[in-house]
Amino acid sequence: MFPARYWREIPQRYRLEAGKCKGCGKTLFPPRIKCPKCGSTDFEIVRLPDSGVVRTFTVIRVGPSQFSDQAPYAVGIVELEGGVKITTQIVDCPPDKIHIGQKVKVEFRRIQEDGSAGIICYGYKCVPAV
Amino acid sequence: MRDVAVIGVGMSEWGELWKKSLRQIFVEAALAAIKDSGVEKIDSMYVGCMSSGLFVGQEHLASLLSDYAGVSGISAARVESACASGGVAFRSGYIEVASGLSDVVLVGGVEKMTDVSGDGATYALATAADQEYEGYVGVTFPGLYAMMANDHMARFGTTREQIAHVAVKNHRHGAMNPRAQYPFEITVDAVLKSVLVADPLRILDCSPITDGAAAVILCPLDMAKKFTRKPAVRVAGSGSSTDTIALHDREDFTEFAATTRAADKAYKTAGVGPSDIQLAEVHDCFTIAEICVIEALGFVKRGEGGKAAESGLTALGGKIPVNTSGGLKSKGHPVGATGVAQIVEITEQLRGESGKRQVKGAKRGLTQNMGGTGGSTVVHILEVA
Amino acid sequence: MAGIVGYGAYVPMHRIKVEEIAKVWGADAESYKKGLMLVEKSVPSPDQDTITMSVEAARSAVKRARIAPSLIEATYVGSESHPYAVKPSGTVVSEAVGTSPNTHCSDFEFACKAGSEAMFVCIGLVQGGAIRYGLAIGADTSQGAPGDALEYSAAAGAAAFIFGKEDGLAKVLGTHTFMTDTPDFWRREYEYYPRHGGRFTGEQAYFRHITIAATQMMEKAGLKPQDFAYAVFHQPNGKFPMQIGQKLGFKKEQLEAGWLSPTLGNTYSGSSPMGLTAILDVAKPGEKIFMTSYGSGAGSDSFVFEVTKEIEKVQNLAPKTRQQLDRKSYIEYGVYAKFRRKILKSE
Repeated sequence: MFPARYWREIPQRYRLEAGKCKGCGKTLFPPRIKCPKCGSTDFEIVRLPDSGVVRTFTVIRVGPSQFSDQAPYAVGIVELEGGVKITTQIVDCPPDKIHIGQKVKVEFRRIQEDGSAGIICYGYKCVPAV
Repeated sequence: MRDVAVIGVGMSEWGELWKKSLRQIFVEAALAAIKDSGVEKIDSMYVGCMSSGLFVGQEHLASLLSDYAGVSGISAARVESACASGGVAFRSGYIEVASGLSDVVLVGGVEKMTDVSGDGATYALATAADQEYEGYVGVTFPGLYAMMANDHMARFGTTREQIAHVAVKNHRHGAMNPRAQYPFEITVDAVLKSVLVADPLRILDCSPITDGAAAVILCPLDMAKKFTRKPAVRVAGSGSSTDTIALHDREDFTEFAATTRAADKAYKTAGVGPSDIQLAEVHDCFTIAEICVIEALGFVKRGEGGKAAESGLTALGGKIPVNTSGGLKSKGHPVGATGVAQIVEITEQLRGESGKRQVKGAKRGLTQNMGGTGGSTVVHILEVA
Repeated sequence: MAGIVGYGAYVPMHRIKVEEIAKVWGADAESYKKGLMLVEKSVPSPDQDTITMSVEAARSAVKRARIAPSLIEATYVGSESHPYAVKPSGTVVSEAVGTSPNTHCSDFEFACKAGSEAMFVCIGLVQGGAIRYGLAIGADTSQGAPGDALEYSAAAGAAAFIFGKEDGLAKVLGTHTFMTDTPDFWRREYEYYPRHGGRFTGEQAYFRHITIAATQMMEKAGLKPQDFAYAVFHQPNGKFPMQIGQKLGFKKEQLEAGWLSPTLGNTYSGSSPMGLTAILDVAKPGEKIFMTSYGSGAGSDSFVFEVTKEIEKVQNLAPKTRQQLDRKSYIEYGVYAKFRRKILKSE
């Protein structure tokens, strides 16, 4: 992962910064230039809430190269409060306890790294809400 | 717009082709299609290929393959739309003939997937997803479809056994296809006992890694007889649509809206509806995909795809045979070639050349080819001219 | 002077028991448990490190501080396991928390007292008026060499404090420090595991520096052990902090609230700071807290705090330290070795 490509998405990966359309109020994550709903190009930056619900999930047993050591790991689509959905790993939970409708919250974690000498890439994962 | 016909089809060997390079595989298919068509001159060429760059470090395929196919000098372009690359290449060739810009167009699709490790192939395939917001977190293609499967099962009560039936049916068809990568039957039990890839999907729910190519020749319908005595197969309808790239941006994870939109356009142009289709080749990259796609095409009601697979509705001999070629599951899935190979199967079926897996009296067939989790989809309807 | 306006801690979920480690190395688990007064330690998952735990602890501190994080003007992360040898942990933490971009950011290092150093410096800056709010963090994912005594205790955790000029939740009544050059425990550059001087790390290192710093602190503040409701010392195992605390004149009851090591292990730069967060979770207005850290090499930072009325408003605003300590999942040595990258793999 070349540093610039990672660095560009930091506001989204670290702070869940999204774009709220001033035209129709739709929240887009990541922020966009043009609203797919109303076509407006006028946005304000908002931070997404850090809690939500699991809408669907799976447990990945065969991962791509940078993730193969992590297998098995759970991945899900989480609908955060307010309606924006994100794809994220679900951790600190035995895979057989993950379920559709489960309440989760966002935690800051390492996502991947570029070998032992490249940059470390951070971002969001979800853990069960206590 | 002129009527366009498919007048020649060809395939390379499909499988783990250690001895053959990407260019060799493509040329094998292209020459077979040219021979089958009877044409002597090609005006233009389209190649569907998802990622020769990641698999073999090769871009600029149009130049390379037109050169090695012996037709250097013609207009050539590579088309990419993840797993829909072949289908979109076909549509591009169709548009060029229909518009009158060219008369004889070669459309090929190719993918060489075994020159990287298994991890490397998983990574290359995962580039069809949103790299920064899906791929970044470690989701894979089996993972995305597994999430769709979990949703379909929770909402519609689809069972693991019903999903497995898709693989069993496609293998039964593939066992009758001499070109299939895995031409043997399997059982539901075998599927359910196979290794987990992304819960609940197992290795036998997933289409394989395959090297292979497929090619077709297109020309205006009224020129077909100039080249071949075989029955011409007319492109009666063509539709193309896109959807959000990320699965999480869809309201409904199993709706495949792009398939429905593309199909609606194709049905409209052809002047037919789902019940007029006699057979279809659809994109069963994973078993669950076929279930969702037959719902999206209107062959069955939403949520009933699992029951259809289990009941034999979509098997050879059933009401609407789906994937008589063996589908991606049994025939193989060299990504860029698949969309073109679907055209090959329907064309042969409509010509009555499909041997043991022939659908009797087949006159109208449909192909559905999609990329990623349905972010791009093309549907074609072919008819005996 | 200055005050703690927000605090938070983070404890990873996984644990490994002393028996599990002893089993692999053919050691006597009972004698380790008795000798160290330790039964289990925390283990970070592969996706956790000093930075990730610091972010979570800091976010909890911001919740309790009830301030906009953009008002924070200094971020200091103290650790002996910063994820990068060169590239600050503090910048990632700052961006993740959302501090002002005009934040003075520095990574601190002094073996196990890197966290208390961060606290010491923040207090100074705030008192001096250079910044309005400063964030000080002690966090570690320390490694113990396989089969070494330290493997039983080397654990992971983070504590974060936001200091401000106001009294906040707990006033800072005084700070003090003492250091000498004492090579009791060290790690050379490019070495994966630290080394230590065995029993030399006791009397002349840990005990000496804490004793001198603590005694001088109390003298300076005009206070005696009985004036404090709570005391917390660097806790590399369960035994040492109890020994030093009682030697200095504190009673067991004063030491228990902050005594996390028996079921947490040694969180190095997080050690006494996390103990402090556990105390703040239960402390009442008016109570005084005594803290003295220890970092090998060697030195000790000492602090005196007095809890204010504000504390009761915020204790429940973020996960409490013992609550997190009680939320656990045990792993075996093989998984532990994989998580802690003790297994050689081809690149």
